[in-house]
Amino acid sequence: MVIRKTNTKNHMETFNLILTGVGGQGIITLVSILDEACLLQGYDIKSSELHGLSQRGGSVVIHVRFGKKVYSPMVSRGRADLIISTELLETLRDSHFADLKTIFLVNKHAVGFAGYLPESEILEALSKMAKNNLHIVNASEICKKELGKDVLAGVYLLGYASYKKIIPLKPEFILKAIEGIIPEKYRGINIKAFNLANDN
Amino acid sequence: MQKKVLLGNEAIVRGALAAGVDFVSGYPGCPSAEIGEEFGRIAKENGIYAEWAVNEKVALESAIGASFSGLKSLVNMKSFGINVCSDSLFPLAYTGTKAPMVIFVGDDPSCHSSAQSEQDSRGYAYLSKIPVLDPSSPQECYDFTKLGFDISEKFNIPVIIRSTTRVAHQRAPVVFDIPIKKEFKKGEFVKNPHQFCTMPPRVMEMKTELLAKLKKIKYFAEKSKANQVIGKKNSKIGIISSGISYFYVMEALQELGLDLSVLKLGFFYPLPEKKVSDFIKGKKEILVVEELDPYLEKEIMRIAKDENSKLKIHGKDLLSEVGELNTEKVCIALSKLTGKKLAELKTKPLILPKRFPKLCDGCPYWYILPTIKKIAPVGTIFGGDIGCNMMAGLPPHNIQDYLFSMGASMGISHGVSRSTGKKVISIIGDGTFFHAGMPGLVNAVYNKSNPLIIVLDNRITAMTGHQQNPGMGKTLMGEDVEMVKIEEVAKACGVKHVKVLDPRNIKEFEDAIKDFLQKDEVSVIVCRLMCALLERRLKNNPDLRKFYGNPQN
Repeated sequence: MVIRKTNTKNHMETFNLILTGVGGQGIITLVSILDEACLLQGYDIKSSELHGLSQRGGSVVIHVRFGKKVYSPMVSRGRADLIISTELLETLRDSHFADLKTIFLVNKHAVGFAGYLPESEILEALSKMAKNNLHIVNASEICKKELGKDVLAGVYLLGYASYKKIIPLKPEFILKAIEGIIPEKYRGINIKAFNLANDN
Repeated sequence: MQKKVLLGNEAIVRGALAAGVDFVSGYPGCPSAEIGEEFGRIAKENGIYAEWAVNEKVALESAIGASFSGLKSLVNMKSFGINVCSDSLFPLAYTGTKAPMVIFVGDDPSCHSSAQSEQDSRGYAYLSKIPVLDPSSPQECYDFTKLGFDISEKFNIPVIIRSTTRVAHQRAPVVFDIPIKKEFKKGEFVKNPHQFCTMPPRVMEMKTELLAKLKKIKYFAEKSKANQVIGKKNSKIGIISSGISYFYVMEALQELGLDLSVLKLGFFYPLPEKKVSDFIKGKKEILVVEELDPYLEKEIMRIAKDENSKLKIHGKDLLSEVGELNTEKVCIALSKLTGKKLAELKTKPLILPKRFPKLCDGCPYWYILPTIKKIAPVGTIFGGDIGCNMMAGLPPHNIQDYLFSMGASMGISHGVSRSTGKKVISIIGDGTFFHAGMPGLVNAVYNKSNPLIIVLDNRITAMTGHQQNPGMGKTLMGEDVEMVKIEEVAKACGVKHVKVLDPRNIKEFEDAIKDFLQKDEVSVIVCRLMCALLERRLKNNPDLRKFYGNPQN
């Protein structure tokens, strides 16, 4: 478990998470689940998201911070403990939140546009940046294949992070949060996506 | 009492419920839309009336009517909404409220979801003389909304809660009361022209009364717990902050291992001057940490002249007036001030191909914008307006030559067309047409110019997340209502050339553009096709029809 001590007298411990991707990938739902899970596990929590224009297929970055006591909802440059990304290029866009210790959990999935970088170039940049802390996962592909919906990739990644203990949040609390937040109609499939990461 | 993770805007709703709000009106924008939307879902079961008004001015005026009839009201809008409603906001300060009123205004520093300008709406406090509270967290969104209703009740004055994107869209645990279910309250209008009419010379008396009221509120602010002193008592350097900036200050102090006294101001206006002068007493230097305009900094300079004339006051000399603040910016400012060394940061944002927001898959505008671009002769001037149709200005479309405020395309296109004699194609959405486009249309007809106005009627106010509008047959609370047809409005305004079409019929659309480009008078094409996202939502969740009906017709 990697909770970093900030440079303070109080030894406050805060876990800094960046969620990044593209509008329409269900990232806002993801942050609601995370926030609720944090509360269930007894953490103080703050997160910051954007709505509106940026959601229309633009770049989306959400900050989530949890620990004993959190002031700012925003992660500072170079201070992320974990970056979870649902889109390859967007990972690079928010890489300034990382330092050498940051763990990257990246969905191997491109939402392309004219002028998009070659995938190999993105992967190379990521492996240079994250070295031994890089997890590249075919989340969209797996969710599409197993559950018929690639939009579940984010929940899959959350399951991956929790089961592999790269986020200090226990699966039981996240599952409970999913139950509280996701409407009944989609609850089952979200739980499946979350647990899929444990099976693979 | 309950504890739950809430979005700042959800906490505003909880605060208004706890205060016993009866009447909610607003106009959707970012970052405020979630407030009205939530009331749309919960109003009925809580004995509350809620509506989307046609624009913010009307939203405020509706609430004024409710207040004068004895109902507690909440008005919600984004930053620019306060510009639109200001004409009625100023006299409201003079008349005061009868039943309490809170006005929520959401600013968007860094313009994440705002064209137009990087507005700091706190300035309206000085223009209108209406109290302004500045929350930092969802908990304060809840607490300050309740406090706002209390102040309004006590002093018969509206209270503005001014939030920002990082507060409105911040999620954090909130402790809140679950109110006892109440019945719909029927208002009663008791005539009182002495209070409700601002006719001169009475209006001058009203101003005097308002100033006297503000003195009392200032005294109240001095004692309010909304303003707090945190940290070491007698540090030589002090920090004064408010809103989200307060959190950046606390993070930065931790980061640098500093213990300084911090004055956190919940009251922006009227400013608790005694509290400020007590705070600055004995200090050598003050850093004022506020986003955008240096309002507090100037006030504190004024107070320091009497209290501590040797005090050095820093603010915008160390912190930018452009864009949001963050912990790093505050760290740098504090490091300069205290000499504390900062660890060097090596990571920098990479320069990458930009991902522009784009029209959604299946968006009706995919039929409209390329067709306009294809048919319009080289050199055509394109007017743009606020909403999803702003995307006309981005690649691959690039057909937008000016973009201002809600409905402004109508007036500017008229002015360009009048001035140049050139044909202008002016694009506007259905929500924006109702909001402020209509007066501009009447003006263009009346003053005899000839823009071709293309209304992109996707049957909903889409950009801010699908809010009902007068054209689509449902109210915020899901009641059925007659659809206001844009083509009929246009005809009634005197437009002679009006065509309604489904933009999927590209040939028909092309012919209509070609035909209308030849006209010497104003012409209007209404392209009617439902937002694809809304269509998908309705297909996946037919229960939503309760709130959206059948907007395609």
